[in-house]
Amino acid sequence: MSEKNVMELKFASRSENESFARVAVAAFVSQLDPTMDELTDIKTVVSEAVTNAIIHGYDSQPDGIVYIRAEIENDKIYITVEDNGAGIEDIEQARQPLYTTKPELERSGMGLTIIENFMDEVEIDSVKGEGTRIRMMKRIKSGKPMYN
Amino acid sequence: MLLDVEIEQFGKAMIVRLKGELDHHTAETLKAKMEQALEENDCHHIVLSMKDLTFMDSSGLGVILGRYKKIKGRGGQMIVCDVNTGIYKLFEMSGMFKIVAVEQNENDALGRLGVVS
Repeated sequence: MSEKNVMELKFASRSENESFARVAVAAFVSQLDPTMDELTDIKTVVSEAVTNAIIHGYDSQPDGIVYIRAEIENDKIYITVEDNGAGIEDIEQARQPLYTTKPELERSGMGLTIIENFMDEVEIDSVKGEGTRIRMMKRIKSGKPMYN
Repeated sequence: MLLDVEIEQFGKAMIVRLKGELDHHTAETLKAKMEQALEENDCHHIVLSMKDLTFMDSSGLGVILGRYKKIKGRGGQMIVCDVNTGIYKLFEMSGMFKIVAVEQNENDALGRLGVVS
């Protein structure tokens, strides 16, 4: 039988919510009994994706909404981060290490590279002027759902 | 406060002790504090002490790179110390160790710079 658990978050595109988002997702993932390293990876990718939504999606305007959906299915965690912001013109270019459209904000251009390194699967959908959705999956090695 | 920043001057080296979490939200505070210290002091080298830094993402890399460019212009070096495994992985992946040196602790970092604490 397949075990599935789901949670959703919706919050304002304010930078102070970045830490709330990563801690909330990490707490949800805890039921898979991840290692500290796996938990740090999850926190980092959530932080990167939410920061991208705020800075690039909503151009640092605080009145946008960022959506997160996390799903646990057996030993896998799926995380979707979505915004209704500007969208990405060229996804392939955005995936390149060190590429950034905002060097003036001292962005390192490493966000998506980090996400792709820390997660097992990453899918990005974006429509210019409508928004961006990033869906990622990581297999948690111990993979023991603690709610059994 | 999600990030505490303590700055101490040792000759031409500046030790920046970070406590808490360094992300996009707290990166601005760190940038402003380091810029002010660089403005006020004749500082060539920066030691980033990360013993109590529990989290960092690519926003932290951006701030570090920005300050690195500044002290490189003054002929200085950037050293990070007491780096935990998660943050070490981030530095490694992004190629930061090509420009930033890593040491065990503050004493070793100051020793490398020839500054006695």
